[in-house]
Amino acid sequence: MSSPATTPPSAGTPGDLTAAYYDLNEHAHPDGYSTGLGFWLYLMSDCLIFAMLFATFGVLGGNYAGGEGPKDLFNLKLVAVNTSMLLFSSITYGFAMISMQGRNKGATLGWLFITLLFGLAFLSIEMFEFHELIAEGNGPQRSAFLSSFFTLVGTHGLHVTFGSIWLVTLMVQVGRFGLTAANQRRLQCLSLFWHFLDVVWIGVFTFVYLMGTLR
Amino acid sequence: MADHAHHDDHGHDSGFHASMKDYVIGFVLSVILTAIPFWLVMTGALHSASATGLVIMGFAAVQIVVHMVYFLHMSPRVEGGQNLLALIFTIILVGIVLSGSLWVMYHMNQNMMPMPATMEGMG
Repeated sequence: MSSPATTPPSAGTPGDLTAAYYDLNEHAHPDGYSTGLGFWLYLMSDCLIFAMLFATFGVLGGNYAGGEGPKDLFNLKLVAVNTSMLLFSSITYGFAMISMQGRNKGATLGWLFITLLFGLAFLSIEMFEFHELIAEGNGPQRSAFLSSFFTLVGTHGLHVTFGSIWLVTLMVQVGRFGLTAANQRRLQCLSLFWHFLDVVWIGVFTFVYLMGTLR
Repeated sequence: MADHAHHDDHGHDSGFHASMKDYVIGFVLSVILTAIPFWLVMTGALHSASATGLVIMGFAAVQIVVHMVYFLHMSPRVEGGQNLLALIFTIILVGIVLSGSLWVMYHMNQNMMPMPATMEGMG
């Protein structure tokens, strides 16, 4: 878009639109100049996946098939603890980014590690919750409500899992090669991913847990 | 190399410059915006499920905006506004998917022939 389009010598009549988009001055772009926009578009498509799952839960969330509903199944105190884990991990990732901007490799790695611990704490609590539900016979096959619940919350948990793997990968990268331009770009992408998961979680705790308890 | 990418190339830079102030403001706001809905539901302070539902949905909407601005650094300046454009497009699609699904399926449930064997499970 920023590159000036020049009409090539072979261009036809002035009204020929195909010629207007023929870029003769193809210039080199800096490495990863489009990563920010590209990764953002990926996040937006991920957002649509979650929209589908939220819609499915919204439609099926009241079909208990004679089984227990959210009021009996959800432990809001546990969800509150879980939510705070994810919130803490967001601010510690922010501190990692600030350390990165200050060229402080040690502090960046330290904050990333603390972020990882909060992420793992979140996952452990979620696994515990799922385990309790399944052990009591309230697994995903029990009712449409539980199927859509496990799909939605499980997909979010899967994202956090892959985010954590990505986090470990980047900690190794930064530890080995330092805060290079490429590593900074990767850390910024993971920052977007991590904070995006927190945004999705706002929807989960509001619509699934809190609204479910109100039903 | 790192310095070049960071300081000299603002045209193609993602526009990402985190500040401690942004993160702290975002964190404090999101703690407040999370705590109040949980408190409302756990104590039943509003005595009305539908009123509580509306209020916590409002809090969620505000908190999503707070996260977008303070954590995801969303602004018209990032990537020349293309990120914001993609976000607005996505919000429209999400709105259509959610409201459309709920609306259509709610009315389908309403218009279903009563079937005693299966009605029990349909809350």
